[in-house]
Amino acid sequence: MSERSIPDAPAAAARSGRTATGAPVVTGIGVVAATGLDTETYWKAVLDGRSGIGRIARFDPAQYPSRLAGEIRDFDPAAHLPDRLLAQTDHVTRYSLTAAAQALADAAVDPAALGDYDMGVVTASSAGGFEFGQKELEKLWSKGGDHVSAYQSFAWFYAVNTGQISIRHGLRGPSGVLVTDQAGGLDAIGQARRHLRAGTALAITGGVDGSLCPWGWIGQLATGQISESDDPERAYLPFDRDANGFVPGEGGAILVVEQREAARRRAAPKVYGEISGYAATFDPAPDRNRPPGLRRAIELALADAHCAAAEIDVVFADAAGVPELDLAEAKALNGVFGAGRVPVTAPKTMTGRLAAGAGGLDVATALLSLRDQVIPPTVNVGSLADGCRDLDLVLDAARPAPLRRALVLARGIGGFNAAVVVTAP
Amino acid sequence: MQRRVVITGLGVVAPGGIGAKAFWELLTSGRTATRTISFFDPSPFRSQVAAECDFDPAAHGLSPAQTIRMDRAAQFAVVAAAEAVADAGLELAELDPYRVGTVVGSAVGATMSLEREYVIASDRGRRWLVENARTSPHLYDYYVPGSFAAEVAWSIGAEGPAAVVSTGCTSGLDAVAYAAELIREGSADVVVGGASDAPISPITVACFDAIKATTPRNDDPAHASRPFDNSRNGFVLGEGSAMFVLEDLERARRRGAPVYAEIVGFASRCNAFHMTGLRPDGREMAEAIRNALDTARMDPTAIGYVNAHGSGTKQNDRHETAAVKLALREHAYATPMSSIKSMVGHSLGAIGAIEVAACALAITNGVVPPTANLHEPDPECDLDYVPLEARDRRLDAVLSVGSGFGGFQSAMLLARPEGDAR
Repeated sequence: MSERSIPDAPAAAARSGRTATGAPVVTGIGVVAATGLDTETYWKAVLDGRSGIGRIARFDPAQYPSRLAGEIRDFDPAAHLPDRLLAQTDHVTRYSLTAAAQALADAAVDPAALGDYDMGVVTASSAGGFEFGQKELEKLWSKGGDHVSAYQSFAWFYAVNTGQISIRHGLRGPSGVLVTDQAGGLDAIGQARRHLRAGTALAITGGVDGSLCPWGWIGQLATGQISESDDPERAYLPFDRDANGFVPGEGGAILVVEQREAARRRAAPKVYGEISGYAATFDPAPDRNRPPGLRRAIELALADAHCAAAEIDVVFADAAGVPELDLAEAKALNGVFGAGRVPVTAPKTMTGRLAAGAGGLDVATALLSLRDQVIPPTVNVGSLADGCRDLDLVLDAARPAPLRRALVLARGIGGFNAAVVVTAP
Repeated sequence: MQRRVVITGLGVVAPGGIGAKAFWELLTSGRTATRTISFFDPSPFRSQVAAECDFDPAAHGLSPAQTIRMDRAAQFAVVAAAEAVADAGLELAELDPYRVGTVVGSAVGATMSLEREYVIASDRGRRWLVENARTSPHLYDYYVPGSFAAEVAWSIGAEGPAAVVSTGCTSGLDAVAYAAELIREGSADVVVGGASDAPISPITVACFDAIKATTPRNDDPAHASRPFDNSRNGFVLGEGSAMFVLEDLERARRRGAPVYAEIVGFASRCNAFHMTGLRPDGREMAEAIRNALDTARMDPTAIGYVNAHGSGTKQNDRHETAAVKLALREHAYATPMSSIKSMVGHSLGAIGAIEVAACALAITNGVVPPTANLHEPDPECDLDYVPLEARDRRLDAVLSVGSGFGGFQSAMLLARPEGDAR
């Protein structure tokens, strides 16, 4: 090996006086969702099976074929953020900043107590601050370019949440932003783990998303996957024989992820669990007659976690709510685990699908499940579709169970697949 | 043993000519590709210049269906990826799809298509409740630019990890680094990675006008991008893409593939200071450079060329000069440092990858590209910026740096391959 070759990550970490051995741990969680604006409120709603899906109130959806969403309704941004930030942020950034502040407080992190470059931010984004963008496009096209906000150059773009979280909390370590549609939240966690392995002590990761504005709404309608039902209890029915698409929502979760040793050193008050495995794959092009990549993502994540299928105690499904996608997911799960051999759940039936917010929130929910030894329910689903009947889908009510490991899945439109394994501390 | 990552193929779509050959000819000639915006009437705007690509998708093998479906930036990426794959001599049919990854950086995604569709849906800004009846069936692909990675993956048959990296103007460097990491950690053996942006649309021009980030030098468009010059007054918006075939070094050796360069070091930091502002002392960029050197186990004196971010804003060029001095100390004065944005403009997220292409070609050809339009340096910018003319120089290692809205600062080190250069 020549002098200028790249050393392996542990060696680099050791040189910088750190260790990066073992899986990173999650020490803080912040949640913003339609069913709760903090972690414990959200978690109680999940266990109670209480849904936040309803008719869109932010704009009048009457003219559109789909009218339901998991909308955040009682969030007062001024209660969470200074005026200076209100002027320059979209909803999605306000939610992100709120969730990040919660997560750091939950982890009892004092950014000033850590080294200058020891903390980074890696978030997922799907469409950026879209309502902010619609307002500025409207000003440009109805009034002219000189009416466009000085904040447009960064309030809309995909990197906004990572940038604003970094600035607000003084986090100057390696950071990033991933855009892989609904798989993004898990990909962000995977990338944060890479940064920790390379020596960074702590990362803020996950994602919070939502583009509930008319311009964002018609973007989502173009997927052809949005439920057109007006009945909140019949609209998003993953794995059900009446599955008719999904309901989008807004929100997500931000996690504090740390090197295990760094968390121990600063006596972090709690450890929710460890990020034991991660993998991402991509589906074949639509015209190729090859199998989809979800099963491979599961198998690679299990291998990465050095974990047998039988050691997974619960699966948090992607739960697309689109019949052929549900079938593909059921097939992947049955293929890896055996029919009905692992409990499967989709608490996102209560929040709607959150795009870049989904992965972080599902990992947070999985960690809370491990903490409280209970599997949250999938709501509203009744009769399972052909091909999905073999799933042990946890329906109607939370199910107490001994839980040590959970698998979280996510698929993004276009063909992105991601899987994360979390393990109780 | 830790896997090492090399560039075995590259493809470029840039202003001034499509393809790596035309790109390199432009850079070494010191000519510029900036001009008055032709895509729309720029007269209502403060800044009316841009570096546009003369790009005919059909001439580069895209089908009518692909051209209709894909945003311009996705088209750039697919065309650049095809050039990179051919350049690397990869036989797609012989690759294991599961071991091929795809990474595309982009700062603003499908912004041209989004604006075009918005104008239709809103009846030119008249309707808040936009209509969905007449918009493209591919609107979601524009709304979430993960579609760029999907298009590239489909075009090459890749089924390994795929992602779009979007860290503002460091997206390109960060995407190449992400791609390299997929190989290093063993998630893929080959990654087709790079970046693409096509932001020259009214909303982009208006948003940079609003913060006076772009130049108002409308009467002299060919000389409007003036990094490090005392008369500089903002950047010139550009567009384009560079894509690479990145490969595990052992794999490249086994198949006898010529190597442009090895990616030997990378680091990124945030300034946690301001979404668009820079701390004058450049300390975070300096830290990224130092950390990249550390991961490469390289002494600063090994660096033979610095490819600057060099956007041509007052603030950036001073910030960057300070950062390079902090990181390289006295060696900064002995190291040529140039900005190709003087010739091809600033294509936001794409430019980082385009600059990596410039670095790879600089190593291979032993030529440092110049900074065009640099006649009278800012007294606070006192390094060797290679004014006007390219310079022959054997390069064993080069540094490329980037700086982006959101506070991102990235640094990548590329090294001449061992043995014969390509």
